[in-house]
Amino acid sequence: MSSFTMVKALNEALRKELEADPKTLVMGEDVGRLGGVFRVTDGLHKDFGEDRVIDTPLAESGIVGTAIGLALRGYRPVVEIQFDGFVYPAFDQIVSQLAKMHARALGHVKLPVTVRIPYAGGIGAVEHHSESHEAYFAHTAGLKVVTPSNPVDAYWMLRQAVRCDDPVIFLEPKRRYWDKAELDPNAAGAPSRLHDARVAREGRDATLIAYGPMVKVCLDAAAAAEEDGRSLEVVDLRSLSPLDFDTVTASVQRTGRAVVVHEAPVFMGMGAELAARITERCFYALEAPVLRVGGYFAPYPPSRVEETFLPDLDRVLDAVDRSLAF
Amino acid sequence: MSPRRAAAAAAGVRGAAGVRDEAVQVHERAARGRTVQREQGVQREQAVQEQAVQERAAPDGGGGRAAHRRDLLRRMLLVRRFEERCVELYSAGEVRGFVHLCIGEEAVPVGVLEALTSDDAVVSTYREHGHALARGIPAESVMAEMLGRVTGCSRGRGGSMHLFDASRRFYGGHAIVAGGLPVAAGLALADRMRGDERVTCCFFGDGAMAEGEFHETANLAALWGLPLVLACENNLYAMGTPLAREHAVTDLALRAASYGMAAWPVDGMDVLAVEKAARRAAGAVRAGGGPHFLELRTYRFRAHSMYDPDRYRERSEIERWKARDPLRVLGDRMRAEDGFGDEDLDALERDVAAELDRAVERARAAGEEPVEDLLRFVTGPPREGP
Repeated sequence: MSSFTMVKALNEALRKELEADPKTLVMGEDVGRLGGVFRVTDGLHKDFGEDRVIDTPLAESGIVGTAIGLALRGYRPVVEIQFDGFVYPAFDQIVSQLAKMHARALGHVKLPVTVRIPYAGGIGAVEHHSESHEAYFAHTAGLKVVTPSNPVDAYWMLRQAVRCDDPVIFLEPKRRYWDKAELDPNAAGAPSRLHDARVAREGRDATLIAYGPMVKVCLDAAAAAEEDGRSLEVVDLRSLSPLDFDTVTASVQRTGRAVVVHEAPVFMGMGAELAARITERCFYALEAPVLRVGGYFAPYPPSRVEETFLPDLDRVLDAVDRSLAF
Repeated sequence: MSPRRAAAAAAGVRGAAGVRDEAVQVHERAARGRTVQREQGVQREQAVQEQAVQERAAPDGGGGRAAHRRDLLRRMLLVRRFEERCVELYSAGEVRGFVHLCIGEEAVPVGVLEALTSDDAVVSTYREHGHALARGIPAESVMAEMLGRVTGCSRGRGGSMHLFDASRRFYGGHAIVAGGLPVAAGLALADRMRGDERVTCCFFGDGAMAEGEFHETANLAALWGLPLVLACENNLYAMGTPLAREHAVTDLALRAASYGMAAWPVDGMDVLAVEKAARRAAGAVRAGGGPHFLELRTYRFRAHSMYDPDRYRERSEIERWKARDPLRVLGDRMRAEDGFGDEDLDALERDVAAELDRAVERARAAGEEPVEDLLRFVTGPPREGP
């Protein structure tokens, strides 16, 4: 056991997978000699060489398309998109090709492509560098979408994503990049499977459902609520597609109340899907409508108003109050 | 400072002048490397070429010129008659969805793919019946796909635009203009990394050269010296928009050459010219000469798709091009040089008709994929991680 930041955990995961399989490659803009803007690929170029840790031109569509071609020939590429907003030029390759080719080829080809994207806000990085675009990808059949909330999950989930034979959109909450946790990278196996949700904190009165950057906000909110005598459960979804809905259902059946929290705009966000499904599955257990806390339906703001813009502890607790008062 | 600039600044600790000097050196080194690579490629390619030319010039007989030409003609005829059947079946409501015909362009798929081996990879467009058939996917399999039958190469899911046959290294059928180009770059990169002397051939139209994905791919391919043949089918129209109204520079080979790759125009109505150019390009690519670009100047006699009223061009223009029908161009030459006659053509026609009768009959007899199977193959079986 030693202390890892999420960046270091991701770096170690890539290193382990590059060591484990000579067909595994890392590619992207400045991932090689520079080690990536956030240093997630730091040192890999030196240790594995330029043929396995590939610096590419600024050509997102070309990078993802090239990764698809490599995967068709048996490679296992891990693509880094430098910032969330930079993935849009690659959207065609991800949605039209990466997501659909397995079905088009009737499973005769595998597409083990992992697309790592630092996403969401909270680091003063403004528009195009703070996007929460998970719903676009989760809405597309053929893609798996996962997002860790802490260094331990980041390590194991990235290793599992790289090993997965399907395309995985791996969303890294960049405001949690420098959070630390104790991790044993040589442990025999992962604590849970890639697409399992996790009860991050147990509670009785209401369930907070979150993922990625908002899990910590919800855990903080639950700690604060405890001081007021309220017991909140926090479910960390980890996987957005497929969704581990059994874990969500079991929690809401117990608490009778649910609040979904994400950074992305509430409108048409993951919360809408969760609220609809919870209502269908837990209708008779619900004491209140499922409430949602999320971003406003506006482009990401200048950094001076970022703190106001992002859902925080107060907005989460306000929703809990409304749920409990219903 | 933008994060990209900040990252770049963080990477460079030396003065700007030092960085510039190094950049110049790197550039010169790379250019030298590419030149050497290309020269070696050209030498090897010339040897391959000469051998091929000698073979083709051989007097008639087993593997001789006349037999080769007859084979090319038969394959173009197969594509032409296959598509005419598709029109009939579409009109009868048996073929559904979109259908884009390559009638008039047959010399391109047949000529280009003649220059490739079965180990080489092909990435195509939505106008790909000709590519699929010339690649060797049986007419029965393609016809079953057109009719939505489970025996089709994509189980009846792909239809006209998404023929796919990984076993024959035919990686689609892409409905998105230019969408297949970056994928082809990846296939080529994989071959290079594995040390395979294989070629990937990517077909696309003149319209695709207005798309960003073409330019990203051209740059990547030239930068990395990928074993890629870029086969541009310039049929003068991006759907209904003529070339001059879609491109600031209409000399497409010139534009491709700006990426530092060999590129030249080819008479796309003459299958022998197409084959020769494709052999030259594929030979050079195989020999390590990096990507090559062919601008195959061709023309489609039919509308863009079955829905297209074809109002953007004069009848007289179509008629002028029909005078250069690739079947006629080759047929005339065979009559003049190889003693090919009407009875020979009739025999080929009968042979092709019989093959297509069989294809349609068998496709019709096959079943459809059960509706409940549509959720299969969306993703693969789980693979346990660490």
